[in-house]
Amino acid sequence: MRVHFTVNGRPQEADDVWEGESLLYVLRERLGLPGSKNACEQGECGSCTVRLDGLPVCSCLVAAGQVEGREVVTVEGLADFAKQRAEHGGCASGACGTSLQDAREWAAEGHDSQTGEGTELSPVQQAFIDAGAVQCGFCTPGLLVAADEMLERHPNPTDADIREALSGNLCRCTGYEKIMDAVRLAAARQGEAV
Amino acid sequence: MDFLRPASWEEALAAKAEHPTAVPIAGGTDVMVEINFDHRRPEYLLDLNRIGDLEEWEVGEESVRLGASVPYTKIMEHLRGELPGLALASHTVASPQIRNRGGVGGNLGTASPAGDAHPALLAAGAEVEAESVRGSRLIPIDAFYTGVKRNALAPDELIRAVHIKKADGPQQYSKVGTRNAMVIAVCAFGLALHPETRTVRTGIGSAAPTPVRAKAAEEFLNAALEEGGFWDNGKIITPSVAKQFADLCAGACNPIDDVRGTASYRRHAVGVMARRTLTWTWESYRGTDGQTHQKGSVA
Ligand SMILES: Cc1cc2nc3c(=O)[nH]c(=O)nc-3n(C[C@H](O)[C@H](O)[C@H](O)COP(=O)(O)OP(=O)(O)OC[C@H]3O[C@@H](n4cnc5c(N)ncnc54)[C@H](O)[C@@H]3O)c2cc1C
Ligand code: FES
Ligand code: FES
Repeated sequence: MRVHFTVNGRPQEADDVWEGESLLYVLRERLGLPGSKNACEQGECGSCTVRLDGLPVCSCLVAAGQVEGREVVTVEGLADFAKQRAEHGGCASGACGTSLQDAREWAAEGHDSQTGEGTELSPVQQAFIDAGAVQCGFCTPGLLVAADEMLERHPNPTDADIREALSGNLCRCTGYEKIMDAVRLAAARQGEAV
Repeated sequence: MDFLRPASWEEALAAKAEHPTAVPIAGGTDVMVEINFDHRRPEYLLDLNRIGDLEEWEVGEESVRLGASVPYTKIMEHLRGELPGLALASHTVASPQIRNRGGVGGNLGTASPAGDAHPALLAAGAEVEAESVRGSRLIPIDAFYTGVKRNALAPDELIRAVHIKKADGPQQYSKVGTRNAMVIAVCAFGLALHPETRTVRTGIGSAAPTPVRAKAAEEFLNAALEEGGFWDNGKIITPSVAKQFADLCAGACNPIDDVRGTASYRRHAVGVMARRTLTWTWESYRGTDGQTHQKGSVA
């Protein structure tokens, strides 16, 4: 079957989708967006977290056909998404967003966090790098999407808010302390910016 | 495999009547795991996401009519006052990502003895609104669970909503697991005080082939509370009454040994949770005003 949906603010369509296929598979294998990771395919690890109509969900547990006509934000579109949110408080579908090509080529290029110049990372992405919250990186995309959404709801999160929001994301490397540091850092910088 | 996308409830009922083997998919948090792992290859998937009515709820005089697909997150955010037990239970389900998708309709569809909604529904008192092209019926929650992962739905029926009694007193939910998030219950216990009828209701999860109420324990406690005038004098429940209640709750279990826990551990834990939830709810009942507990004013 064919599925039409919005990915990172731009309309996309995926062809030859098998009826039992997950959104995660469509993103990775059909649209060429491997940022969302596949680690368990059973909702346990959160590494496939994307936003579906604004809400963080495990894309491995959403049937592809269920996203017809809906909006998905993946980690590849997170930097633009965060930028547009900061600048205009959001984005009308299609008017901005990230093209598929840009999303495919997106890379977390190191930028100068001291000056903030030329930063193409979202605040939470930059904070993960600066706080040393990325080791193997497999859990990172899911954590970024979940953390960014939490910061949208709770600009000044307590540690309990952070733990709660990230409770569906497993990391086998960091022991979570650096991840907590990173989210606190992102929140603090967000507070300064306002 | 065919993917059916009914745009309305009527279309969904028609599709289910035409293809009784079609597997409904709401949040997909049970169905997709089975498909991803090739445990299930349904001929038809029946997507319910396009039916907006299923994600709505209505708060009535006596009960809340909760649409089958209302996600747990919404229950926690909007129905804590009316359905405190279910809201607490919802918060223990999995993770935010799962709670944004999964709901009570799917929990009832799966009818796992470990489903967290079940003890809360049993304790509060609820009816499942099942519908097919043949018509609609209300299935009392006590009659809904018919076996391990089996329920009372006919092949052509879908769950439209669950009618849950609004709280008329304090409710609690307690669950044993290895960590706070992402844990399937080793066992779980729901308890609701119903001051209007001067009754206490319970629900036990993961400690029998189906979710069950501890009926003998309820009867004992109802009689003991009545006899001692507890509902009126608001006294502390005597330790011997609480202990007897806990023992009877443990006795209502018919658990198995499995990787998550042994049968005897489950029985023991259910007794502990029964005593604790009774204490918490009773303290809350006494704390409010002791005599005329106001409807809906739940701590
Ligand atoms: C990682 C993970 C952790 C989990 N942890 C918990 C937990 O802690 N506690 C818990 O209780 N559950 C847990 N679950 C299980 C699951 O999230 C719940 O059972 C949830 O309530 C299912 O809802 P859903 O909408 O996603 O159901 P779906 O997967 O869409 O459907 C589940 C079943 O119900 C049927 N169904 C759905 N809607 C209807 C309807 N309207 N009418 C008739 N049949 C219907 C489906 O055909 C299917 O058989 C977990 C799942 C995962 C993946
Ligand atoms: S891959 Fe989806 S939660 Fe692990
Ligand atoms: S950094 Fe390796 S899993 Fe988190």
